Amino acid sequence: MDFRLTDDQRALRQGIRELLEGRFGREELRAALGRAERRGGATDGKHPEGGQVLDRRLWRELGAAGFFALRLAEAEGGVGQGLPEAVLAFEEAGRVLLPGPLIATHLAAGAVAGAATGEVVVTSVGAGLVEWLDEADVVRGNAAGAEPLASVDPLTPLHRLPASTDRRPGGGELRAPWPPDTLLASLLTAAEQLGSAARTCETAVQHARTREQFGQPIGAFQAVQHLCAGMLVRVEVARAAVYAASVTADPVDIAAARLLADEAAVRGARDCLQVHGGMGFTWESDVHLHLKRAWIRTHRAGEATQGEEELADDLVAGTV
Amino acid sequence: MDLAYTPEEEDFRARLRTWLAGVLPALPPKPSPDDWPARRAYDLGWQRMLYDAGYAGLHWPVDAGGRGATPTQHLIYLEETEKAGAPYVGANFVGLLHAGPTIASEGSAGQRARWLPPVLRGEEVWCQGFSEPGAGSDLAALRTRAWRDGDDYVVSGSKIWTSHAEVADWCELLVRTDPGARKHRGITWLAMPMDAPGITVRPLRTLAGSTEFAEVFLDEVRVPVANRVGAENDGWRVTMVTLSYERGTAFVGEVVACRRVLAEVAREARKNGRWDDAALRRRLGRLNAEFRALWRLTQWNVSEAQGTGGVPGVGGSVFKLSYSHARQELFDAAAEVLGPEALDQGRQWTLDRLSSLSYTIAAGTSQIQRNIVAERILGLPKGR
Repeated sequence: MDFRLTDDQRALRQGIRELLEGRFGREELRAALGRAERRGGATDGKHPEGGQVLDRRLWRELGAAGFFALRLAEAEGGVGQGLPEAVLAFEEAGRVLLPGPLIATHLAAGAVAGAATGEVVVTSVGAGLVEWLDEADVVRGNAAGAEPLASVDPLTPLHRLPASTDRRPGGGELRAPWPPDTLLASLLTAAEQLGSAARTCETAVQHARTREQFGQPIGAFQAVQHLCAGMLVRVEVARAAVYAASVTADPVDIAAARLLADEAAVRGARDCLQVHGGMGFTWESDVHLHLKRAWIRTHRAGEATQGEEELADDLVAGTV
Repeated sequence: MDLAYTPEEEDFRARLRTWLAGVLPALPPKPSPDDWPARRAYDLGWQRMLYDAGYAGLHWPVDAGGRGATPTQHLIYLEETEKAGAPYVGANFVGLLHAGPTIASEGSAGQRARWLPPVLRGEEVWCQGFSEPGAGSDLAALRTRAWRDGDDYVVSGSKIWTSHAEVADWCELLVRTDPGARKHRGITWLAMPMDAPGITVRPLRTLAGSTEFAEVFLDEVRVPVANRVGAENDGWRVTMVTLSYERGTAFVGEVVACRRVLAEVAREARKNGRWDDAALRRRLGRLNAEFRALWRLTQWNVSEAQGTGGVPGVGGSVFKLSYSHARQELFDAAAEVLGPEALDQGRQWTLDRLSSLSYTIAAGTSQIQRNIVAERILGLPKGR
């Protein structure tokens, strides 16, 4: 047993981190936010100016770097990597708030022409919501009757689905097993949440080191220190769960990873906002973008209540 | 990221399982928790069986008489012994996990030869004299004084939270030998024989009603200078070498046990009808996620320790903060399942609920652990 990252995994993570830092740093994030706001009709989901928010050139660059084809077999033109590598990649995407239906396109690689190379943007119908419906080239699932809503995150446009078109087989009571793609989407969502949680922890620590009040950095106050320590604990516990689930691909492991990563991301963004004080409440701070994206991710591919029920079922199933 | 055990590790596990299956049924019945001499005999007897089977001092270096096992083998050992229901380390705790490793690392050849073999063979029990009424979280503020008188130190003061003091042969003792030096600098590590004149042990009752530890009063107790490990006034470093020798295995058995208890709690809820309460089910489901994650974090920390040759990991504080809280949540949830029955102290879960209250206090309070995480891991400035 050696749970640590291999040298290849470290190199892959580093490569993606450098790519994203170079191509989607803070300037590009704020530029994308500007495009989303200029689109004007954000509240009705239409594009009066016809502007695209997604950067298609970046999407193709991600494709060329193997982001979408990461798990596709080499014989099919993919990179031939596994779930752990995909989790590392999506963790990096979560760190920088990379926008777009990344997971749907990644899961469509090999099944939808052009997805693997980033030529095509693919979205999929989720549990009551569809992300990026207007900008996607291909929609997987039945989005009939979808209505736009004023998404809390400008960089994740949302449509809501008419009631009862999106429930998984069996409904809430029978708890039928998740289809494989939903499980993978849940795990990759957890990876994004993990990246966001790690980033907000680092951001809070950085701010606490430099912001001075009462003649000292606020990070010297225990009240602030303990908020930051709590953030790190949640990140590291979630990291162990997410990485392990990527190795086992076990549904219960994935449910556990998702639950803890959701919590690490949402509470991490909240605490980061608190550490930033008044500035954390402003639009120009990026903290709110992490919080809003984290909220949206919690509604993807199975919500917390379902995860908790699955984990409870597991206890009496005797597989612990 | 590889969670699969190697063939050698699986072989180690298989042989251990076979041995446990053979010896555990023949063990004598567990002694009463209040019968300390019987507990000592039971725990030492188990240690002797481990010694005879080649499992004693598994994680100790070979030149100290140990087996030089890897952190992963140690993890497997702790997992399998817990799953098999083997006795806990009990009275052997300080000898095997603290005083012994300290002597192995910092002691002279003569000291190692005198003190290590009896620990491994299950012949001598050690206790720990570190904390004092006035030195808890701020351990380096300890005031028990020792001064030289010929070939002896003469020691006066008092220690607290000393487990197994009533039945210990030796006490690893921190004393102040230079009151003029800065507080971390004037401390010395001594091995004190517990039968020396001037020692008074007064058991302390815990809130659970049991006497798990004691106060130890020292009135001009003579300890030979030859019993000093490391240099005079270097005791803080001597102690920290071992305290920081964290291989991520400190709570392996307990996490395994908590996961078993959690499943039992869920089954009890199914039986008594409380399982119909969705809020309770979800609470137990979330605990399942937490304990699964803690098991993975254990594997992560052990892998890190193995990769760095056992260099102090930073994962210990993160793990302890999370685990101590989860353990308290587990027994609170068990109480919700039991309902009014949780008020019956004859129930194990009720006793465990009470004892779980110590977990966020003992071995570094959660507040101290958060300071450590903030300052040593996150690099935040030291609080004033």
